[in-house]
Amino acid sequence: MKANKLWKKVAGMGLVLMLSATALAGCGGGSKAEGGAQGTSGAQGAGTLAKIKERDKFVVGVKYDLNLFGLKDPATGNVEGFDIDIAKAIAKKVLGDENKIELKEVTSKTRIPMLKNGEIDAIIATMTITEDRKKEVDFSDVYFLAGQSFLVKKDSSINSLKDMQKGMKIVTAKGSTSAKNIRASAPDLEVLEFENYAEAFTALKAGQGDALTTDNALLYGMAKQDPNYRVTEETFTEEPYGIAISKGDAEFVKTVNDLLKEMKENGEYDKIYEKWIGTKPTK
Amino acid sequence: MLDFSILFDHMDMYLEGFWNTLQASLLALVGSFVLGTLFAIFRISPIGPLKWIATAYVEFVRNIPLILVVFLFFVGLPAIGIVLEPFIAGTLGLTVYTAAFIAETIRAGILAIPKGQTEAARSSGLTYGQTMRYIILPQAIKVVIPPMGNQFINLVKNSSILGVIAGLDLMYFGDLISADTFVTFDVYIFVAVFYLILTLPLSAFVSYLERRLAGSR
Repeated sequence: MKANKLWKKVAGMGLVLMLSATALAGCGGGSKAEGGAQGTSGAQGAGTLAKIKERDKFVVGVKYDLNLFGLKDPATGNVEGFDIDIAKAIAKKVLGDENKIELKEVTSKTRIPMLKNGEIDAIIATMTITEDRKKEVDFSDVYFLAGQSFLVKKDSSINSLKDMQKGMKIVTAKGSTSAKNIRASAPDLEVLEFENYAEAFTALKAGQGDALTTDNALLYGMAKQDPNYRVTEETFTEEPYGIAISKGDAEFVKTVNDLLKEMKENGEYDKIYEKWIGTKPTK
Repeated sequence: MLDFSILFDHMDMYLEGFWNTLQASLLALVGSFVLGTLFAIFRISPIGPLKWIATAYVEFVRNIPLILVVFLFFVGLPAIGIVLEPFIAGTLGLTVYTAAFIAETIRAGILAIPKGQTEAARSSGLTYGQTMRYIILPQAIKVVIPPMGNQFINLVKNSSILGVIAGLDLMYFGDLISADTFVTFDVYIFVAVFYLILTLPLSAFVSYLERRLAGSR
């Protein structure tokens, strides 16, 4: 009987603790995300630049699963890549310290909604500039020029789009331009879309597809991970990557464009490019 | 207000997804019922090895996430040379997963029938199989209908796991439509409505069965 009562007490306390922990976590999250914007009156409608300065932190959406561009190192927990180095350069320009950034993981599917919700200040996530997307967000100038090609098994006979035969299965990621492009260029192919490129690559390795298609810049990263695969050389599209910014925020777009220009002129851009891609930029 | 043009513009995708979800659910429903019943009988059978196999199966499968069971079929089997279509791999995973829960539900139903019934049946000369088939299972079915209905409703909703492995179900096409239109909320509201078209009648049917069988007990 006594033990029974004690047990009830413990359970009750546990419940209270859990509830208050959740409530606290909720508060913490809220103040972190919006504290900056709501700190002073009249922050509503202020540009991204003002929001970043007030928060003293640049919150940027990047990929966590893309070798060379944005990849979380499981050993250290750090996210590293080309996109992250660009984000750091922006933080350095705006806030004077490249470490004043907060990275948030996005996927091709979640990035536009997250930018629209105000959860992130910008998307630097290998995002191709398209007319459709321009209706939803504003883009900076091109910060990386890629082209779509294929990742295939080393001994595969596929070398370009022309080698694709009817009924072949092509895997890629949901919501990506690559999926739309391949459907338009080769309507006879079966296109299977996965949550992200890591899963698409897993599916390819499991024999669920004949080739994986996306921008060659990403494919090189995958081929680096698994030497049993190679990237076909010919590209059949041009994919200009841009940094996505909230619609109508011309001020922040200009800041980013000025910075990109500056980096290309002083060689910093080439340095970052070579560090990740291994070659010099073509233009 | 909901943007119905999204629904009408993408009706073909919604319908293809709906049709595949319906197929996957029906196949998995029948499959998991048969497999689950079999394992339930194994689990309470007097034959040691059968009991161990069934216990191991139930405990292993129901204690890991559904997505891992599905991955077992999707990327695990190819490792030993068997490549299945995503739809098939997903439906198999769903069947195997649900069967573990069905087995437990049915086992509980069988154990709810007083032991005296088995003893009486056995002493009047029926074999173990006959006792199960003619005496115990018909009574157990009535007990298990409400919890079983829950499992089947869960099964329909769980079929959305196919969306993760490009299984061409409702969730998969929902994701594609959302990516295509940049709309999240409205797209998935319509997806939810299609799921309700499947689950609400199922739910009503279970209630009906429950009422009918309650009278005959």
